Amino acid sequence: MSFITVNNLWKEYGDQVILENLNLSVKQGEFCTLVGASGCGKSTFLKMLLGQETQTRGELLLEGEAFPGEPDRNRGIVFQRYSVFPHLTVRQNVLMGLELEQKPWLGKLFGGARKEALEKVDSMLESVGLTPSANKWPHELSGGMQQRLAIAQSLIMRPRVLLLDEPFGALDPGIRGDMHDLLLKLWQETGTTIFMVTHDLKEGFYLGTRLLVFDKVRNDPHDPQAYGATITYDLPIGQTDRKLFEDIHQSVSETARNQAA
Amino acid sequence: MRMINHHPGRVSATLLGLLPFLLIMLIYSLASQERLADNPNDKLLPGLEQMTAAVDRMAFQEDRRSGDYLMWQDTTASLARLGMGVGIAASLALVVGILNGVLPLVRANLAPLVSALSMVPPLAILPILFIVFGLGELSKVMLIVIGTAPIMMRDVAQRVRELPGEQLIKIQTLGANSWQVITRMALPQVLPRLIDAVRLSLGPAWLFLIAAEAIASTEGLGYRIFLVRRYLAMDVILPYVIWITILAIVIDQCLRLANRRLFPWYNAGGH
Repeated sequence: MSFITVNNLWKEYGDQVILENLNLSVKQGEFCTLVGASGCGKSTFLKMLLGQETQTRGELLLEGEAFPGEPDRNRGIVFQRYSVFPHLTVRQNVLMGLELEQKPWLGKLFGGARKEALEKVDSMLESVGLTPSANKWPHELSGGMQQRLAIAQSLIMRPRVLLLDEPFGALDPGIRGDMHDLLLKLWQETGTTIFMVTHDLKEGFYLGTRLLVFDKVRNDPHDPQAYGATITYDLPIGQTDRKLFEDIHQSVSETARNQAA
Repeated sequence: MRMINHHPGRVSATLLGLLPFLLIMLIYSLASQERLADNPNDKLLPGLEQMTAAVDRMAFQEDRRSGDYLMWQDTTASLARLGMGVGIAASLALVVGILNGVLPLVRANLAPLVSALSMVPPLAILPILFIVFGLGELSKVMLIVIGTAPIMMRDVAQRVRELPGEQLIKIQTLGANSWQVITRMALPQVLPRLIDAVRLSLGPAWLFLIAAEAIASTEGLGYRIFLVRRYLAMDVILPYVIWITILAIVIDQCLRLANRRLFPWYNAGGH
């Protein structure tokens, strides 16, 4: 049985169709990158995986069961910004999840339990390269370091699914490369299933195991919202076919122009 | 160069800031001297001498009738009322504001009431307070609470709702229950904002305090000012007003410093 199953999924807001007839089956441990023009439902799909939105029609199943209707500790998330808590230091940010899990009322750990948890936190910080900044406040970190922190904060909970919503969109190109290496390393270590939304087609083309292109097949120039997007390409990564890249790039750009018009 | 691009240096900025104060003092002392030259017993614009004499009498000599140092007695009475009123109002604002900000069900239930209450002119219900709570301390404290709490409640709720939605989702993915969302995310981030709200509420709080003291009291800064008004005792009123202003500035600055010390992440652009 597949890990995540999407059957004939639709998402509409009134007359506005966002996603139409989505079908997908994802195995545990896959790393899917979602690309497409703005407004093509990539983020909406991610929100449904997160439990922040529900589908209008169709099925979205996790190991044969419907997805829980609200975010929970099995699905981690990293947003483009604001994913970390400004009032906690780097270490406290990563510790937070462990504390919440173990102390439903206090929400804080003390003594030996805290020491034990902090060991986990420190090894997590080490693997994302934040050890030297462990006692800094988030606002003292660069954008890339904040994203490392957000990833560490999610991964310490060992979520079954890690969702990334354009996590590197606000970073400098050089930093972005480092983050790709880090993400691939962490993915191999943890074996978590990852969904990553990105604007950057190139990023999607080599990061992960599977590329999902969200695009509109039909377009009504007089009513751009009449048709929704669906998955137009579902490719294993590694096929670095230049022609295919150009095709996708052209199709996505055209949709983006239609959306903007 | 355009006016908007002229920036004063440090020294000149200080001097520019002092200038209006000096000007006011100069104008006052000139006018005072002129009146006193005409009539040495003039009460309207007392000179420095008369005012220091009045302060000496009020603050550093026992009152002949009661044996108290009136200015200190007035000050402690007023500060106790102010502190209690603002303290109760801030605590209420924290509880109601956070619940309103975090829980949609409570918001639907309470937010309209809080909005309506914040529109009631507090001085208009002062007679009700006197009737219900009597003329003692309680009615004065209640006036401050009623006058400042609803606005602070709205402010706190607004600040909670301004926290990025991403954070709210994130903490849920870390497994937080609703209680933990309040105690580990909303409360610690709203505390420094509450202190800011208290600083802004202190102005109205002083207004309500002095109004209540003026109407029914036996001690307090506002009581004293309105009492000696009968004798045109400007030599007491002016030092009292200056003293109240100094107290207000000191309290405000203490809160500002406390905010900086207690929440280093807040003032360093961490929000």
